[in-house]
Amino acid sequence: MNKKLTYTVASFAMAAAASSAQAEELTLCWAAWDPANALTELSKDFEQQSGHKMSFEFVPWPNFADRMLNELNSGGQLCDLMIGDSQWIGGGAESGHYVKLNEFFEKNGISMDDFIPATVTGYAEWPKGTPNYYALPAFGDVVGWTYRRDWFERPELRAEFREKYGRDLEAPATLEELKDIAQFFQGRTIDGNTVYGASIYTERGSEGITMGATNALYNYGFEYQNPDNPYELEGYVNSPGAVAGLEYYKELYKTGTPPGSSNWYMSENIDAYKSGQVAMQMNFAFIWPGVHADPNVGGERSGYFPNPAGPAGQYAQLGGQGISVVAYSEKQEAALEYIRWFAQPEVQARWWELGGYSALKAVVEDPDFASSQPYAQTFLDSMAIVKDFWAEPAYAELLLAMQARLHTYVVAGSGTAKEALDGVVRDWTETFEYEGKL
Amino acid sequence: MIQSQISKAAEATPEPVARRIRGLSDRSIAWIFVAPTIFLLLAVNIYPLLRTIWLSFTNYRVNRPNNDVDWVGLRNYERILSDPDIWNTMQATAHFLFWTILIQVLIGFTLAYLINKKFKGNNLWTTIIVLPMMLSPAVVGNFWTFLYQPQIGLFNYAVGFLTGTDPASFSMIGDVNLAPWAIVIADTWMWTPFVMLICLAGLRSIPESLYEAAECDRASHWRQFWTITVPMVLPFLMLAVLFRGIENFKMFDLVVQLTGGGPGSVTELTSINLKREAFEKWRTGYSSAYAVILFVTVFGLASIYVKALNKVKQR
Repeated sequence: MNKKLTYTVASFAMAAAASSAQAEELTLCWAAWDPANALTELSKDFEQQSGHKMSFEFVPWPNFADRMLNELNSGGQLCDLMIGDSQWIGGGAESGHYVKLNEFFEKNGISMDDFIPATVTGYAEWPKGTPNYYALPAFGDVVGWTYRRDWFERPELRAEFREKYGRDLEAPATLEELKDIAQFFQGRTIDGNTVYGASIYTERGSEGITMGATNALYNYGFEYQNPDNPYELEGYVNSPGAVAGLEYYKELYKTGTPPGSSNWYMSENIDAYKSGQVAMQMNFAFIWPGVHADPNVGGERSGYFPNPAGPAGQYAQLGGQGISVVAYSEKQEAALEYIRWFAQPEVQARWWELGGYSALKAVVEDPDFASSQPYAQTFLDSMAIVKDFWAEPAYAELLLAMQARLHTYVVAGSGTAKEALDGVVRDWTETFEYEGKL
Repeated sequence: MIQSQISKAAEATPEPVARRIRGLSDRSIAWIFVAPTIFLLLAVNIYPLLRTIWLSFTNYRVNRPNNDVDWVGLRNYERILSDPDIWNTMQATAHFLFWTILIQVLIGFTLAYLINKKFKGNNLWTTIIVLPMMLSPAVVGNFWTFLYQPQIGLFNYAVGFLTGTDPASFSMIGDVNLAPWAIVIADTWMWTPFVMLICLAGLRSIPESLYEAAECDRASHWRQFWTITVPMVLPFLMLAVLFRGIENFKMFDLVVQLTGGGPGSVTELTSINLKREAFEKWRTGYSSAYAVILFVTVFGLASIYVKALNKVKQR
């Protein structure tokens, strides 16, 4: 009741403020994907309350970084609000693309303590671990897994699996179990169709294989740097554990994925799963509402599980983004108004209802949250184990180097895992030296 | 009629302007006419080129506007020319160029030779054959990824059907040995019609009287082909090679759609690599040096080639 009252009062206050302020046309830039449609729907409330008009510039993922970073680097005024990828935060802050939001947060009673800590670190802070905020966590996302529960529950398959592996065919708890299951389904005929183990990220051009392989690397012992000595890479990036993790990912690719999946990322994995080609799918959590609603594989036919543990622990690759105000915008006041509106608990709750993954604690810690959707608990579990790629201003160089090295080893099959990771160390060292950090 | 219009226009010209123009030489008037073009050329071609050359000696990064720009001399050039990854992309480009041009010339000329024969449906076949080159390279790249799909791809199915191998047992774009050929095949499918059209123009420009004279001299068809057809079509063929060479040296969209430069970097052509350096890593100074090296290479090779082409034409 209290919440409703606050919301109503806030809405009236906003409407009153809007009537006195000039109505603006705000452009919000983001990737073209399902959550963007949900945000368009959600933003209608903002338009109604504020009097501002929202327009959107959504760019498909493979071109998103190119298009938007070009826009920011050229000081373009296309976007007033940017939901930029988590790795852009360093560049956005240091190059002055994003407006620093500390003062605004303070003035409007927005506290970063109210958001999931990993999303604050991942999407909002620069430098990491310092209370300097350039974004509001907008969309929590993480790599997790979807599996064909209906196939896993088939008695004949369960019996065969038990006989072969000595355990039940269930959602895997470890990466080794996941590989067993992938190999078990690989090339099997189900309902007259040949199916395969799992679709995993292997894409070469943008960030795919890195976003995929890190889910194995982290869990086998890969570290980006010496935790006690920043930018010390040798022995952390290419540690024996990291080498084992990369070897694992290559084996999974070679023995448990569909033929021809050498350049697959989010959309190819979704297609493979929804068309009944694979038993399991690695993908960011944003796809789960779509999987759940799918007429062929949705509802009870699919289940969800967090990235399984490895010998060194259980981690998952962080996705997701924060929303920032673009420093070149001439409508910064209205853009900040949008962020103030978006940060409200009621709006965040509605965001989750529409299919957006809220990062607000009040939403995800609500007692009803875990049971609100079949994938909600998996989302919570996954968000608790996240790690993210570098968010340095030179992140693109670091990412491209890793893409090339990993793809050359995993997909092209050239060299060894140790050579690939040694190569990553060399490339990253060169970048950090160039950046003056080493 | 025209004279009277000119007179009318002259009369309508305000006296001060007319006086000013009257005092100009023909050369000055010519300059007035070409000045806008020269200005545009300087603004959109020469200035960017000079700026690129200047940037190639600096450590400038367009995404770090607040950083100092230092003069680094030839360091960018040294780094590029001593980078084995860049030589690998040069090698991948050379492979792509050599094989696409060779295959396209052979097939294009053969098709043109066949189409040049008079037969029923000749025009219809010409139209059908040239269809691929009317498509967007990005679209072609995209649908060839489907044709190359091991499970559902028509290409794999056809190869499986003809050779008896399992279509799912090989991946054209996922295999290091096959991927360079996958991009050659897709490009050949798309651009052979272009070579064919140029060859066809060459074949149709050969006077019939030459063949009639050869017939009178009892020259065999084989002899006629080598002594009349090939020499007469050669300048056209060389022109086709020049166009395809320049186009394929900067090939980008089709390959990005098809393989993204992978697997690993085996299909990462120089243009893809350059784009990554310039617009993903944002090493503006470094990528300017890279662009200058590529420009000099293409410009140098094209100049030598054009000279050779002129010699052939003069024969």
